Amino acid sequence: MSLVCEGLTKIYEGSPVPALDSVSFTLPTQGVFVLIGRNGSGKTTLVRILATNLEATAGTATLNGINVMSEPDQIRERIAIVPQEARPIPWMTPLQSVLSYLLWRGLGYAEAKQKACEMLDRLKFGKKARALNRTLSGGMKRKVLMAMILCTEAEVIFLDEPTTGLDPISRREFWEVLQEIRKDRFVVLTTHYMEEAEQLADTIGVLEEGRLIALGTLDELRRRLRYNYSVKLLSIPAPPITLTEGEMVKGRHDLPVILTTEDEAFRIAQNLSRERIKFTINPVGLEDIFFYMHSGGDTGGS
Amino acid sequence: MAVKNLKRKRSRLSQVFAGILVNSVYEMENYPIVLLNTVVSPLSILLVIVFVSRGSLFGVAIEGGFIMAMFSAGMGLSTDLSHLKNDFKLQDMIVSSPTSWLTYMIGISFSEIVYAIPALLVLTILASFGLSLTLAEVLEFVAVLLLIFITSISIGYTLSTFSSDIVQSFAFTRLISTIFSTIPPVYYPITYIPLPFRYLAYLSPTTYAAELVQGISGYLALSLTTVIIDWTVLVAVTIALFVLAKTKARWREV
Repeated sequence: MSLVCEGLTKIYEGSPVPALDSVSFTLPTQGVFVLIGRNGSGKTTLVRILATNLEATAGTATLNGINVMSEPDQIRERIAIVPQEARPIPWMTPLQSVLSYLLWRGLGYAEAKQKACEMLDRLKFGKKARALNRTLSGGMKRKVLMAMILCTEAEVIFLDEPTTGLDPISRREFWEVLQEIRKDRFVVLTTHYMEEAEQLADTIGVLEEGRLIALGTLDELRRRLRYNYSVKLLSIPAPPITLTEGEMVKGRHDLPVILTTEDEAFRIAQNLSRERIKFTINPVGLEDIFFYMHSGGDTGGS
Repeated sequence: MAVKNLKRKRSRLSQVFAGILVNSVYEMENYPIVLLNTVVSPLSILLVIVFVSRGSLFGVAIEGGFIMAMFSAGMGLSTDLSHLKNDFKLQDMIVSSPTSWLTYMIGISFSEIVYAIPALLVLTILASFGLSLTLAEVLEFVAVLLLIFITSISIGYTLSTFSSDIVQSFAFTRLISTIFSTIPPVYYPITYIPLPFRYLAYLSPTTYAAELVQGISGYLALSLTTVIIDWTVLVAVTIALFVLAKTKARWREV
C-alpha cells in the first residue's frame, strides 16, 4: 500500500507562482512521513490536498489505491487531520470534543462516549476530561485534538505543525502520543523542528518553493551529503579557516557551520581549540542537511 | 499496511446530532448567557412596533418576530460556521471525515433552531394572546417559516464557505439581515409602505413570507393570485438558493 503523487501542482488564484510545483513521489504508507521546509514552501498545501481539504490545480494523488481527487468520499472514510492552528472549541470539555468528533465520524452515541472516555483515560486526562477547554494549557489543548483523531478508525493521519509553540516537555509528551499512533497507522506530519523530524520520521521530504528537493530516510539524506560531520562555530564572524575538504554554510542564528569529513572535522576542531574559539562537533544531522540544501548545496536531487 | 474494511455503517443521525451538540447544546450548557441573546433580538423590534402602533400591530409584529427569528437563525449559521471553520479549523477536520457537507449543514442548521427555541417559545406564548389561527393556518404558517429558514441557511452556508475570517462573515450577515428582515415589511403590513417603494420591498423573499402570514392571520386581504405568486416566489427562491449552496459553496477549497 502506498501514497503516490504525480505532478501535483497548486497555483492559488491571483498568485503568480505555484505553491506546489509538480511534486511527484511514491511512499509506502507505513510509519511517519515528515515534511520539512521553510514557511511557504508548500507543506500545508500538500497536506491539505492529500487530506481532501483543497483541490489541486494539476496532477494526481492516490492513497492506498484510492484516487484523492476523484474519490474523496472513499478517502475520507480512511483519514483524519489535525490542521495547522487548529484548537479545541473553548466552550466544550475534552470529553465533549472527542465525543462529538466521533459522532461526526458516524459512531453511535454510546459507542462514541465509551471510546472517548477510554481514550482520555489512556492519555491521562483525569479530571481535566470534564474541564472547559479554555482552561487547559497549550499542551493539553493539543492533546485534546490528538485524542479526537486517535480514537478514530482512520488509517492515515495528517498532522500539520502539531507541536508549534509547545514547550519542550509538552512536545515530548506529544511524541509519546505519536509513537502510539504510528504503531498501526500512517502519519503525515509537517514540522519546523528538525529534532522532531529526526526523532519521529521513517521518511523525510524536503520542500522548497513548492518543489520536493529531497526524499528519503535520515540515513539516505545523510548519504547524499558528501560530508558526515558538522562543526558549528559559536561566534560571528567566523574566524579564518582553511578547509581542505568541506563547505561552510550559515546555520541557526546565522552562525557558521562547517560541513566536512570526520578527519577534517577533528583537524579543524584542534585548530579552533588552540585559538580558544568555541564550537560544537557532531555527526551531520537533519538541520545541517536542511541548511546545506537551502544554501544551494547539491544533494544529488530527489 | 494491512487493508482494512473501513466501510463501516455510519449513522447520519449521529453526524447531525454532533452539529446540534457542538453548536448549541454544549454552548448553552457551558455559557447560559447566550440563551438571553436569542430572545432579545426578535423581541426588541416587536416591542417598538407594538408601542408605536399602540398595540394595533401586536399580531403582525409577533408574526414578524417569528420570521425574523427563523431568518436570524439561518444568518447565525453563517457566522457560526465561519467561526468553526476559521478560528478552530473544525470544518477542515470535518471535511476530512465521512461527514458530507449536507449532513454537516443540516446538523448546524438544527443547532440554530435549538438555539432559537427560547425566542420561539416566548413568541408562541405571545401568539396565543395575539393570534387566532386554525390548525390548517398554523401548518401554512409553519411552512412559510420553514421556507424562510431554508432560504437563510442556504445563504448562510454559502457565505461561510467563502469567508476567510469572522469579521468578514459578520459584515456580510449584518448587511443581509438588515436588507432581508428589517427594511422589508416584516413587522408591519406592506400597505404601510408608499407605493413606489413598495416594489423595492418585493425584492426580498421575506416580504412574500410576511405577506403570506399576514394574509393567513387576516391582517391583509390577499387575492388568490397574490397568494399563488407569493408561494411560487418563496418556493422558487428557496430552491434556487439551496441549489446555489449545493453547487457554488466550497466544501473542498479551490
